[in-house]
Amino acid sequence: MTNLMTGAEMVIRALRDQGVETIFGYPGGAVLPIYDALFHQDFIKHVLVRHEQGAAHAAEGFARSSGKAGVLLVTSGPGATNAVTGLTDALMDSIPLVCITGQVPTHLIGSDAFQECDTVGITRHCTKHNYLVRQIEDLPRVLHEAFYVAQNGRPGPVVVDIPKDVQFAIGAYIGPRNIEHKTYRPKLDGDPGRVARAVALMAAARRPVFYTGGGVINSGPEASRLLRELVSITRFPLTSTLMGLGAYPASGKSWLGMLGMHGTYEANNAMHDCDLMIAVGARFDDRITGRLDAFSPGSKKIHIDIDPSSINKNVKIDLGIVGDCTHVLRQLIEVFRAKGVLINADALTKWWAQIGKWRARKSLSFKNAKDVIKPQYAVQRLYELTKARDTYITTEVGQHQMWAAQHYHFEAPNRWLTSGGLGTMGYGLPAAIGAQMAHPGALVIDIAGEASILMNMQELSTAAQYRLPVKIFILNNEYMGMVRQWQELLHEGRYSQSYTAALPDFVKLAEAFGAHGIRCSDPALLDDAIMEMIETPKTVIFDCVVDKTENCLPMIPSGKAHNEMLLPGDDEAIEAAIDAAGKMLV
Amino acid sequence: MNAPAAPLSPYSSALGKSNIEVHTLSVLVDNEPGVLARVVGLFSGRGYNIESLTVAEVAHAEHLSRITIVTAGPPQAIEQIGHQLERLVPIHKVTDLTLRGNAVERELAMIKVAGKGTDRDEALRLAEAFRARVIDASIESFVFELTGAVGKIDQFIDLMRPIGLVEVSRTGVAAMSRGPNPM
Repeated sequence: MTNLMTGAEMVIRALRDQGVETIFGYPGGAVLPIYDALFHQDFIKHVLVRHEQGAAHAAEGFARSSGKAGVLLVTSGPGATNAVTGLTDALMDSIPLVCITGQVPTHLIGSDAFQECDTVGITRHCTKHNYLVRQIEDLPRVLHEAFYVAQNGRPGPVVVDIPKDVQFAIGAYIGPRNIEHKTYRPKLDGDPGRVARAVALMAAARRPVFYTGGGVINSGPEASRLLRELVSITRFPLTSTLMGLGAYPASGKSWLGMLGMHGTYEANNAMHDCDLMIAVGARFDDRITGRLDAFSPGSKKIHIDIDPSSINKNVKIDLGIVGDCTHVLRQLIEVFRAKGVLINADALTKWWAQIGKWRARKSLSFKNAKDVIKPQYAVQRLYELTKARDTYITTEVGQHQMWAAQHYHFEAPNRWLTSGGLGTMGYGLPAAIGAQMAHPGALVIDIAGEASILMNMQELSTAAQYRLPVKIFILNNEYMGMVRQWQELLHEGRYSQSYTAALPDFVKLAEAFGAHGIRCSDPALLDDAIMEMIETPKTVIFDCVVDKTENCLPMIPSGKAHNEMLLPGDDEAIEAAIDAAGKMLV
Repeated sequence: MNAPAAPLSPYSSALGKSNIEVHTLSVLVDNEPGVLARVVGLFSGRGYNIESLTVAEVAHAEHLSRITIVTAGPPQAIEQIGHQLERLVPIHKVTDLTLRGNAVERELAMIKVAGKGTDRDEALRLAEAFRARVIDASIESFVFELTGAVGKIDQFIDLMRPIGLVEVSRTGVAAMSRGPNPM
């Protein structure tokens, strides 16, 4: 058996040895040798996207829904720069990606050659790590290291930039087992002393709340299982970030709903009034904290995170535990079980009673209508008609994303794929393609807005080519709804450039791409139309014509605290919601 | 309609406000292309200060370089800088020498002074007092080499200014903890 092969063959071999079966990509001059190596094998399936940004988001969707690393293969220059948005998205949301980029031959680097760009320079700030492989001897090690770095510790995107001459060069391949990273060894177990202190704080807490994030999902399904176990031991209320939805089931007794800017009244008030906050795999993003100097002023804060830099970054933490969520949650449960630590049941009963009062405000309620589809109602019906199925939901970014987060309820991790940190319009369709590739039999729905879907709609062609039955459920209000909402709140209703005056006919658009198009604008016909979408065994664009002026509530206006929420029906408050200082914020 | 202003939380971020401290960080890194750009890019991207930065290979066989960074900020930001640096994949170790206390810090400077007559005598006398060495001399100029703490070099430069300071080149701070243990 010979280990000698070309660099291009090494790429394919390394992918195979890493267990990769699906990659997303787009060919070009500087990756032709790798595409040639791809041609000579049939183990790895390549999905031809229509734009490299689509490849990156599809790889993210694949990764997020399967728990494996997503892989994309793009060419030099524009191939690499087009992938940058997707790489940044993956960095912000901690999604493991390996992005292989072609590069001009080493002797041309720095000469402003055709389709040359400084890929490692450009992607240095939007990757967890990146490599330019200048010699064939380094290639196998770098490829395996890339997978290690992408998937271990806090996951993230890794770029491997391979000049064309290195792809042609012949060298000796080394398998993944012989690769060990010199320096990068994340700490998985929490410090036992700190775990014990955390349990002591939890036992003494009178008004505790779990605040969990995407880190629980990144840690794997076992972390979600352990989280549920710990919550059932303690009976503490739990809220989650946008990225963490599904780690704890929405039907669970302790579930308060999502927190943050568009979170529920009960979740945000519980965060504000708690005396102990247990943050698990969450990062105190500004969409979560609201006004920092009024963020949960009376609480002790425990923060469990694999990334030490997350702890004390935005908010001062009393007890930081660096470790993987799965490990630390298990450690916490072990201490609870071993010591039989009791929680403060009386105080907890009172706390739940208080939470019940907040819940009674029904902050997600909305006024339904007979003559027009309310977007919230559309998501509710979609949920009711798909919940019993094997469903994955992706979204674009904006109002529809928040309505989906509020009104679609998740029972399991890895079922909800959304662009949280970067807020990338155009994420949902390619992510749905990635999720469908990972789960061919599942029902994959992109809950979209009519503006977002236009950002990456070229991927409809990809969906058509691979006969992927993804469903694109567009809440069409003809506006960039969230922009419109902010213009209403902040700029006296001057709707500058947020109305789309020339939208395509989405039904005809579907037909043009060989997909099925459905339009519905009547609430009475909505259920049947949704069923038609579900039962059509091909790509479907559902143009759901909704109320154009509906606002996404509840809302913490920018610059305000958790207990200063705008609730539905609070029209006067909405008028006066944001002061000059808040206007400066995003 | 708005709720009364909540009391200020003791947990609020003090970033960019008061209690600015100057810290010296020692960073051991793989000597690979781009590693300095990663470190510098981290500081610029996240808005941290660099007061001084030195870098050179310190172990050839192991491909290790040592970067010494002097930075200024509130304690919370300094702690964050340390963690952000540790997150970079090619970084082996980050030590806050200021936090550890009592490190030795030295900088080397070259100072060019031009002048004639008594100014030359004065420059040489001061150089001797500061233990600066003359590493180049011409009829109307000297280049002094001075090694020492930052303040000492600042002071020497101030003294040279009225005499005929032409230009200064400084290395930035190199630093090491005292005692038998490594960083």
